[in-house]
Amino acid sequence: MSQNPSPAIEEGSIYDLSIPGRRASTVPTPDAGVPTAADVLPGGMLRSESPHLPEVSELDLVRHFTNLSRKNWSIEVGAYPLGSCTMKYNPKIHEQTAALPGFSRLHPWQPAEQAQGALALIWEMEQLLVEITGMARASFQPAAGAAGELTGLLVVRAYHKAQGGTPRDTVLIPDSAHGTNPATVRLAGYKVKQIPTDSRGLVDIETVRNAMDDNVAGLMLTNPNTLGLFEREIEEIAKAVHSKGGLLYYDGANLNAIVGVVRPGDMGFDVVHINMHKTFTTPHGGGGPGSGPVAVSSRLAPFLPSPIPGLDSETGRYFWEDLPQSVGRVHGFYGNFGMVVRAYTYLISLGADGLHNLSERAVLNANYLRTRLEGTYQTAHPGLCMHEFVLTARKFRKDYGIRAMDIAKRLIDKGFHPPTVYFPLVVEEAMMVEPTETESKQTLDALADAFLEIAAEAASDPDVLHEAPVRSPVGRLDEARAVRQLQTRWKPAEQQS
Amino acid sequence: MDYTPHTTEDIAEMLDTIGVDTIEDLFAPIPQNLRLGRRLRLGDPKSESEVYDQLYGLAALNTATDRLTCFAGGGAYDHYIPAAVRACAGRSEFMTSYTPYQPELSQGVLGAVFDFQSMICELTGMEISGSGLYDGAAAVNEAVHLASAATGRHKVVVSQAINPNYRKVMDSLGASLEYEFVTAPCENGTTDFGDVEGAAAVIISQPNFFGCLEDVGAAAERAHAAGALLIVHFDPLSVGLLESPGSLGADVVVGEGQCLGNDLNYGGPYLGIFATRLAHARRMPGRIVGATVDVHGKPGYVLTLQTREQHIRREKATSNVCTDQTLMAVTASVYLSWLGPQGIKELGERCVSLTHLAAELAGELPGCRVRFESPFFREFVLEVPGSAKEALSRLAASGYLAGPSLEMFPGMENCLLVAATERRTVAQVEQMVKSLGQVIA
Repeated sequence: MSQNPSPAIEEGSIYDLSIPGRRASTVPTPDAGVPTAADVLPGGMLRSESPHLPEVSELDLVRHFTNLSRKNWSIEVGAYPLGSCTMKYNPKIHEQTAALPGFSRLHPWQPAEQAQGALALIWEMEQLLVEITGMARASFQPAAGAAGELTGLLVVRAYHKAQGGTPRDTVLIPDSAHGTNPATVRLAGYKVKQIPTDSRGLVDIETVRNAMDDNVAGLMLTNPNTLGLFEREIEEIAKAVHSKGGLLYYDGANLNAIVGVVRPGDMGFDVVHINMHKTFTTPHGGGGPGSGPVAVSSRLAPFLPSPIPGLDSETGRYFWEDLPQSVGRVHGFYGNFGMVVRAYTYLISLGADGLHNLSERAVLNANYLRTRLEGTYQTAHPGLCMHEFVLTARKFRKDYGIRAMDIAKRLIDKGFHPPTVYFPLVVEEAMMVEPTETESKQTLDALADAFLEIAAEAASDPDVLHEAPVRSPVGRLDEARAVRQLQTRWKPAEQQS
Repeated sequence: MDYTPHTTEDIAEMLDTIGVDTIEDLFAPIPQNLRLGRRLRLGDPKSESEVYDQLYGLAALNTATDRLTCFAGGGAYDHYIPAAVRACAGRSEFMTSYTPYQPELSQGVLGAVFDFQSMICELTGMEISGSGLYDGAAAVNEAVHLASAATGRHKVVVSQAINPNYRKVMDSLGASLEYEFVTAPCENGTTDFGDVEGAAAVIISQPNFFGCLEDVGAAAERAHAAGALLIVHFDPLSVGLLESPGSLGADVVVGEGQCLGNDLNYGGPYLGIFATRLAHARRMPGRIVGATVDVHGKPGYVLTLQTREQHIRREKATSNVCTDQTLMAVTASVYLSWLGPQGIKELGERCVSLTHLAAELAGELPGCRVRFESPFFREFVLEVPGSAKEALSRLAASGYLAGPSLEMFPGMENCLLVAATERRTVAQVEQMVKSLGQVIA
């Protein structure tokens, strides 16, 4: 990053460092008298040449990946106000507890008798999520938010099927929703019907009422929504959906705003997925792993994925149980258990008081930053926000030819990760800002100052924005060329286009 | 401890700037009647030492492979994870970053994933690899979507000898779609394909769930003659010795990448490998990293072919996947660089040697036999007298973990898997078999 000195050698692919005959690996030497591959495998199946992997020393590879890592922003490098992503601090203790050999070296086919600690943790974690969401039971099999969405909709489908009513074929989704919602709806065998956002930035209750009929399986909502606004008519919305036999799905992407304040179950939601890599701060790993548990109300609990933990109250022993009406298995084993250990560590560290602080300060931080920027930047919808807010660069585009992307890239030069840009789709030139509760007032002030400086530059020196970033390892990249001259694997220099 | 930095003074100043009196005022949009109105029943906050000790206690309730010598397989393996892999992949710049939507600040993750894709192409014999999916099960499932879209067909012929959990996932996730899954039986250790006419895809595993090696070339001919794609779920550590599925005619190669430097973790986080031919590039699920140049002509990486993805294409996307398992792909990238072409061959040799030694010795125990005669790689099916589940439970009591038992396959209640990785020794193999002999006697 800009604050790191540039490595002397520009990092290419690790293949560029490969020298025939060099190696890092050590493998135990073969024992005499044991069968060899040539003895026991048919010659026709054996390859004559090893696959072309890089040939490097251990120092070569350590330097390569260290230097690569230094070209990457991360929470531990600086502020990361990426809207809808909840990039809060990932506590170090989580890595230590997840790495305990009793967890990290537990084999997934080990019988429940040998995994009582893991089952106890999953069971306890389920109790915590049930309390936080106001639901009845939860499954940890979904490996990420989108997998949680699909699991949740399959549960909805199984429920309606078990009711024996008319088959339902449509799911309602607001036009401000994340792209995973409509993509998931199709994979669950439904059609998408889009609900427009009204002038307040909220779902219009009349539109929902008109759209609801016996063919609609339900409505997927994020609350607060992707504009950072709380859907305050949620009770009416729930009534409209339920009165036609539909179910209400809670996309947990924005749960960070409301933990301990209001629960999805109390708002009328029937199914919830939680992004543990957001709200419960399991590290996002540059794109994953996540963990997307699904929690449901009691009438949907019989349909959750199998297996699910059970507790024998007489012996105090945990076991895995297949539910007869279950939608079945949705993960190869039990989901991203390692991330569940981290999230559990977080929840017991914070306790009820810590979780209360979490949402309060996430909302405080967002409103503080919003207030400091309003006046210079326009918010898409004025007034209080929850844990995030959406700015529009519409005016900058009209007045100076400056787009949201230009502002985002200039923020890089000022030492910050940009906000989410061009989402939600319902806001022109959108910039979605989510500071999270772990940033200090001083950091927020520095971020606000950077935004304000950029606004001044837009008028006085727009080229500096068009040319940004200049302080990152590379400048703006040609994405069209990446598609046109598709190169997704290393090739020797002479074969490169 | 809640990791928030706010002092009382900070909060007062911030509220003043916002123009409200209390934090409570910021929650005004939430109707009062919906609010919880009490603290969550979650217990009191704990100090870090209390938290660590509590988690340590829970972990100690598990009898994991640090306490049992591991001969278990079935899609997750106890390979050694080198210190350099943990050190590099564990760097917080990789661990605490988001999806690389701003490529100028993400060249590290993008570069490591580009290396991963390159190495996966080499291992699979395919032309293009994605950045990774949730696990092997998810990868097989996504391959079904690709094959159906590519052929316009809905019938899928699935070998009985793929991981039975993966098949369950396919059944669950396919239930609401038009797929018709047909099982190709596996009586003698390798798959017998019946009628594959009209199929979108034929799916086999190499080696299969019983550890046996399938004839991938013959399966490809069979599939292609019927206009179907061949999907092969492969073991990425087997191709130091074996021909790659791609070179034998596979159209999509998927796999479980846990064995590439990732911990057992009770089943996750793991890594779904997905690679195919360029002709199918636009039907692939999830993220793909591509090389390009910046405005100054300097080389760099971006996410590419994004018009396939949910954040652009919404309900017409090839998949709903968003957050995947990138850190596991970075880990695999470091691990495969560490292993190198010589290391992957030696590692494969050692797995084959120790597994065959175990088979030779265990097959001679009274009442035991190696169930299938087909060649195998890193694991094999052992038939024991009586219940396999019982035998495994008693074997664990003497310090050895094998399995799983295969009671999920009809008629195989007396069968179990035995796997040996490069971490095992001849002495451990001999001791394990001796103990097994004692517990089944």
